[in-house]
Amino acid sequence: MRPTSPAAPVLELAGLTRSFGSLRVSDAVSLDVRPGEIHALIGPNGAGKTTLIHQISGLLRPDAGRVVLGGEDVTALPPHARARRGLARTFQITSVIPDASALDNVVMALRPAAGAIFRFRPDPAEDRRLAAEAAEFLELVGLGARTTIPAASLSHGERRGLELAMALAPQPRVLLLDEPMAGTGREESLRLVATLAGLKGRCAMLLVEHDMHAVFSLADRVSVLVGGRIVASGAPDHVRNDLQVRAAYLGDEAALC
Amino acid sequence: MTGPSRQSPSRAVAIAVPLLIFAALALLPLAAGFGPKSYILSLGARVMIFAIAAISLDLILGYGGMVSFGHAAFLGIGGYAAGMLIDGGRGDMLIALPVAMLASAIFAAATGYVSIRTKGVAFIMITLAFAQMIYFFANTLSAYGGSDGMTLYARSTLAGMPLLKGETAFYYVVLALLLAAFLACRSLVASPFGRALSAIRQNPARMAAMGYDVDRIRLVAYTLSGTLCGVAGFLLANQAEFVSPSYMAWQRSGELIAMVVLGGMGTLHGALLGAVAFLALEEILADLTPYWRLVFGPLLILVVLAGRGGLVGLLDRRRG
Repeated sequence: MRPTSPAAPVLELAGLTRSFGSLRVSDAVSLDVRPGEIHALIGPNGAGKTTLIHQISGLLRPDAGRVVLGGEDVTALPPHARARRGLARTFQITSVIPDASALDNVVMALRPAAGAIFRFRPDPAEDRRLAAEAAEFLELVGLGARTTIPAASLSHGERRGLELAMALAPQPRVLLLDEPMAGTGREESLRLVATLAGLKGRCAMLLVEHDMHAVFSLADRVSVLVGGRIVASGAPDHVRNDLQVRAAYLGDEAALC
Repeated sequence: MTGPSRQSPSRAVAIAVPLLIFAALALLPLAAGFGPKSYILSLGARVMIFAIAAISLDLILGYGGMVSFGHAAFLGIGGYAAGMLIDGGRGDMLIALPVAMLASAIFAAATGYVSIRTKGVAFIMITLAFAQMIYFFANTLSAYGGSDGMTLYARSTLAGMPLLKGETAFYYVVLALLLAAFLACRSLVASPFGRALSAIRQNPARMAAMGYDVDRIRLVAYTLSGTLCGVAGFLLANQAEFVSPSYMAWQRSGELIAMVVLGGMGTLHGALLGAVAFLALEEILADLTPYWRLVFGPLLILVVLAGRGGLVGLLDRRRG
């Protein structure tokens, strides 16, 4: 096991439970994300990953349990209030503002933190300041030369990068990455892994992912969700061995690798 | 809800269209001297009043993606505010106009608080339902004429002066208010708030995930839009010197949508052009045949199909 950081977790899920009818989709899920680390969450289809993500982001309320963000209980807060407290996310299906330019997309991400939403007049000076800041984040994800292109005209991979820049721009405490490798080609996913590796330490990340290569090359810790429960959690090597043992004894339910 | 998509309007069209329309409107009273002057002036003023209403609707329809099918309610609220205040001897524009706006704002905030939580067809139906409620309520106002409506014994004064009395002066007051409304909305849609509103139409989940309170932004936009439409209602009642429940009829709400769609959604100058084209066409066709709606309907469909961005979209394409 790697030495664990003594710092308090930036995101903590405590006993999250959520049922749909008689089906318990999240069953007392507890995990935490510490400052600067990448904590990966893996699990087969139907394990309850999406339901868990909805509870973290605020789209779903758990039946029981708490979501604690930076020491504050945010279980009852809607998505936008959680975002304002430092939770950023990317979506499984890339989610940007199609009509706006790449730069304007990132500027839009910067405004809430700048307290600049309910402004009813254009403010060119502030626009320039935010645009300069936004350009740095586009540079960071390799879109420095594409700032004026409407998001709708960017390639799929570029939009992924743009979404990442939008998530990082407000300097969140924790970044929720919802299957960032989904739908990417081999080459593109390698590039994305490299980009994420380069961002490591900038903010804590909870990486929900199918791509085992990405998970085991990026994560500091790995948790495995099966049937709504965390069945294994720990350092990547530890979890990998654990999973192989389970696969040998239990068959394919836990055979994820 | 992705909302109505639109092409980004070319800059030249965005400047030329409003410039030409406002120049023509400013000069119209001079040209009217050569024809049936009071008819032309009153038609011109009516067109401009509906342009204010159409612009206000475009804010939430074109930019916010909220298809309000009850926008005429605000015409009625503004109109009745004018009528009741004039009736009570407090019809000066400095009092009556702010009251008309406030009444519209309150109605918009209260009904918007409920409606913006719905999307798509549900939003259309709920805005229609609220407008129908106030329409029937106006029918019961027996002190103010009930379903017959009420005649205003005078127009509003402006700081005590009977400025709205003459057709030409009234015309220019309306023109000034239209210009102010247009410029204010232009500024609004370019502001951080306006950009957020437009982005929310395109991707509300993304905006919420970035910390934008989507419902609150929609509600503020809806309230601003209703308030501005109340101004149009105030002017409409003053022009007709009459106000009745028919101001709030659902057909009127439909016409406002048709104006915005005809001109081109989400551009503001499209709504301006749409109101001009809609009322001018109605006037011309109604003069030619009593069956003008048979011609008008297909024409509307043609423009919407041919130019997905309405008339403004057609102009854009001609240039491109």
